[in-house]
Parts: sequence; structure tokens; C-alpha cells
Amino acid sequence: MTERTGSRWAAIGRALLSNRLAAAGILVLTALVVTALVAPIVAPYGINEVDISARLAPPSSSHPFGTDELGRDVFSRVLLASRVSLQVGFVAVGLALMAGVPIGLVSGYRGGWVDTLLMRTMDVLFSFPAILLAIAILAVLGPGIVNAMVAIGVVYTPIFARITRAAVLSEKEQVYVTAAKAVGATDRRILATHVLPNVAAPIIVQTSLSLAFAILSEAALSFLGLGVQPPDPAWGRMLAEARGFLAEAPWMGVFPGLAIVATVMAFNFLGDGLRDALDPRQRSVIESRMGR
Amino acid sequence: MTRYLLRRGGQTLLALLGVSVVVFALIHLVPGDPVRIALGTRFDPETYEALRRRMGLDRPLTVQYLSWLADAVRGDLGVSFRTGRPVTELLLERLPATFTLAAAALTVALVVAVPLGILAALRHGSLVDYVATVASQIGISIPDFWSGIMYILLFSLTLGWLPPSGYVSFAEDPWGWLSHLILPACTVGLVSGSILFRFVRSAVLEAMNRDYVRTAFAKGLSRWQVTVGHVLPNAWIPIVTVVGLQLGFLLGGVVVVEVIFAWPGLGRLALLAVQDRDFTVLQGTVLYLAATFLLVNLLVDLLYARLDPRVRYD
Repeated sequence: MTERTGSRWAAIGRALLSNRLAAAGILVLTALVVTALVAPIVAPYGINEVDISARLAPPSSSHPFGTDELGRDVFSRVLLASRVSLQVGFVAVGLALMAGVPIGLVSGYRGGWVDTLLMRTMDVLFSFPAILLAIAILAVLGPGIVNAMVAIGVVYTPIFARITRAAVLSEKEQVYVTAAKAVGATDRRILATHVLPNVAAPIIVQTSLSLAFAILSEAALSFLGLGVQPPDPAWGRMLAEARGFLAEAPWMGVFPGLAIVATVMAFNFLGDGLRDALDPRQRSVIESRMGR
Repeated sequence: MTRYLLRRGGQTLLALLGVSVVVFALIHLVPGDPVRIALGTRFDPETYEALRRRMGLDRPLTVQYLSWLADAVRGDLGVSFRTGRPVTELLLERLPATFTLAAAALTVALVVAVPLGILAALRHGSLVDYVATVASQIGISIPDFWSGIMYILLFSLTLGWLPPSGYVSFAEDPWGWLSHLILPACTVGLVSGSILFRFVRSAVLEAMNRDYVRTAFAKGLSRWQVTVGHVLPNAWIPIVTVVGLQLGFLLGGVVVVEVIFAWPGLGRLALLAVQDRDFTVLQGTVLYLAATFLLVNLLVDLLYARLDPRVRYD
């Protein structure tokens, strides 16, 4: 390949931006990250600023998304909750990457009994419906935001291990690996500096898609009372609280849900776009969602 | 075929064994003493020791695991800490609700996804294709626990057409059974349908681009004849796989929707067990659901091998 790495990434960037859905995804995600960063400054009210006189008030100019049963501003809470969702999503997927990618690299590169042992272990984790495994892990660790990150991370580890392993299997037969071996490079060096960059594409795509599912999982766990705990706001918890007031204050449930939908859709669009730009052969978002 | 069957069966058994180890470890990793939790306020040293012995917790871990596994294989999953009732009995009690919801949701998914997927593929690039594809993209991104709440808001609280939650058995009141089933079934089924739609569409599209389809057109068959005679028979094999995988998910992963609709299924049982710290029930439910998930996947693979003569068995 004579092309410089810089121009390769520039080409991928151009391909992404020319894909309308992916560009929309990037736009929404940028807005979301900025919102999460500036939320404490721009939110008109505090997270737990109670105003009993304005209980269950419908959307108005002073409360654009209305207020909840304690008179708290739903708009401010939705803004501030974006921090938690993004944080849980990034940390959980980061954990899954840090565990899954090395497992996949070693498994695919070594082969033999190491491969069998690691992959059968991943199969066991894959045998549980995702949300059930997360619930079971939280039953042991106890509810909470950190434990939710760990639980989601464990649930999404096998998919990274499998994808990495599959990519390594085809990559390790390439001439450049033989060449690196011939000049005496260690296995660790071959994996880190030669194989990993070449199997990065499917991993990057899966990262974006997994972020969408991780945010959905966090919302589900928080909805069930196992994730983010009071007084921190989380979109899932806000939905759970809204259930009791659906008839009087539907806005309590509508806006946090819309925030989840927008975020998840943006990550899905970005993931699909990345797949088209980086790795057209790879399976799409829906396939990786099959074993939810 | 026999070799393939044995190999896939062996893999499933191995995974099941792994699952059983994880599930068994659950109860022993829990912080706090399960006996103390079970006794609650009725604690005194003598009952404590007696219960500990009766639950077999004084024996070495491997012995406990093996005897637990032997019992589980015979269908004995122990006794609930809270209610003292056999776990198997609790599971059996909730199976009908779970199966009903899974079957109804799958029906919704199939009824929506198969005709729309075929139509979108046949009219590739048309308005129908575009609208259906965007709708499925939205369907995939909407959390089912939110759409469920929105359905309740619209169809129960605002329009008053359907009950917001609960479960009625068919034998008791067929109409009540159906009216309670519609909202949860649509909540779960439309998500599955969105996933399924994209598979049906791409499977049909792929089959349409094959040489034999061109040949069929060339020999003068009508569009209808080509679709029914050549495209669909080849497109439905990958679809079967997705349907099977979705079924596996529906049988085990709809915890949140069961909670929203107060549906007395297995997912809700697992969640109640977590809240009550009733770990034998949690163990039993998780083991049962993971086993079902694995077996459905095994069946799908075998069915796939049977349907597609090109699949190599070894």
C-alpha cells in the first residue's frame, strides 16, 4: 500500500460525511457530547431543585419539558442525565474492548487449546440473554452505576472477542506476519504493532454499535432500579418514575424516552456508516442485535 | 448429518455445563449469608445450624455443585428462600404467560416483517421501500420499555381501548386474555419485526440478483411466478435462522416489558427474586432461561442444516 495512513483516514472521514444518515448521527452525537459537557452550566434548574408549588406542571416557557411529581424541571434533568448515560456507555464498552480484544487476539493467533478454552468460555457468556446476565451480575454485585458498567461490560465482552478472533484468523496467514516472524519479532510485538492495526476496522464498527446497546442496557437497568441510583438522574430512572404519573403528566415519560431514542439512533447510524466506509463486508447493526 | 448432530449437541451440552457453573457460582458469590437472609428476623443459632445443614451448605463446594446439578437435571431446582415453595413449581406456574407472550410477539413480528420485507425488496428503491426501511431503523432504536409506556399512554389512558396491564388466562375469559395480550405483544413484536424486516428484505434482494432468477425471467415467466417459484424458496432459509434467534430472545429477554405490563412471566420472576434476594429462585430461573436459549439455538442450527443442502455437516 503506497497510500499514507493520513489520507486513508481522510478518505474514511469523507465517506462518512457523504453518508447522510452517518452525518446526521455524528451531528446528534456531537450535540449530545457538548450538552453533557455544558449541562451543569446551561441547565436552567438544579437536578434536585424541588418546587412543590409547580408540581406536575405541563411544558411552558419556564419549564420547556414540564415538571415532575416533586416540581423538578424535566428539561434540566434530561440534560444532566445525558452525562450519566454517555459515561456508563463509554466506560462499559471500554471495559468490553479491553477484555474482549486481547482475548480475541490471543485466541485467534495462538489457536489450539488456548483458543478452545477462551472461546468456549465466551460461548457460556453468550448463552445468557443479555439483559438477564446483566441482572444476575447486578444481583451479586449489588445495584449501582459502577456495577452496572461492569455488568454491561461483561455482557458485551464476548462479541468483541469473537469479532477480533475472526479478523485475526484471516490476518495471521498474511505475508507481513511471516516476515515479522522471520526477522525475530516476538508474538506480543507482532500482535500489537502488526495484527491489531489491520483488524481494527470491524472492532471500530462494533464499538459504535455496542455504544448504542450499552446505553439501551443502562436505561433498562436503571428503569428496573438496578442501575443509576437516586439522587443522580438517569433517563431510564426518569421513565420508571413517570409510570406512576402517566395520566396526569405524560411529559415526564415522553422526553427522557426521546433522548434515549435519539442517542441510540445516532450511534446506530454512525455504526452503519462506519461499516460502509471501513468494512463493507461486515454484518450490519441488526445482526449484532440478534442476540440481545 | 449424525456427526454434525453429535458435534453441535456436544457443544450445547458443554455450554450448558458452563452455564450451570456460572449459575451455581451466583449464589456463592453473593455478599451475605443466604441462610441468614432466608431466616430474616427469626434468627437463632440452633435453627441457623439446622437450616444450613438441611440446605447442604456445610459440605465442600464441589460436592454441593455436583448434588445441585444432579438435582437440577432431575428437575429439582431447590426451594424458594422466601416462600418455601419448590422453584420448579414457581417456574411451571409462569411458563404459560411467558410462552403466550413469546408466541404472540413472534406472530406480530412475522405478520409485519415478512410481507413488508418482500414488498420492499420487490419494489426496491420505491417509496414503500424507503418508508419501511426508515420505520425499521426507528423500531430498532426505540427501547421497548419506552414504546410500551407510550402505548399504555395512548391506547389505555387516552383512548381507553385496552387494559394498561395484567394477565387473564384464556380458559377464564378469552376476550380478556386477548385484550391484555395485545399491547405487550405489539411492544415486543414490533422491535423483533423491525429486525426481521431487514433480514427478509436483504434475503429477498439477494435471491433476486441470482442468475437463476434472470434465467426464469428470460424463459418468459411472469413476475409473480418468478417471485413465488424461485425467489422466495431461496430467500426463506436465512429468515428461518433469524426467526429462531428471535424466539430464543423472546423466551428469555423480555424482563422489562413484563415489568411494565405486570405480565406474570419468567423475566419478572427473575427480577422479583433479585429484589427479594431469593437466590434459589434467581438461580433456577436464570438456568432455565439460558438452557431454553441454548436449546432453541441448537434447534435452529439443526433445522438450518436440514433446510439448506449446501451446509456441510462436518
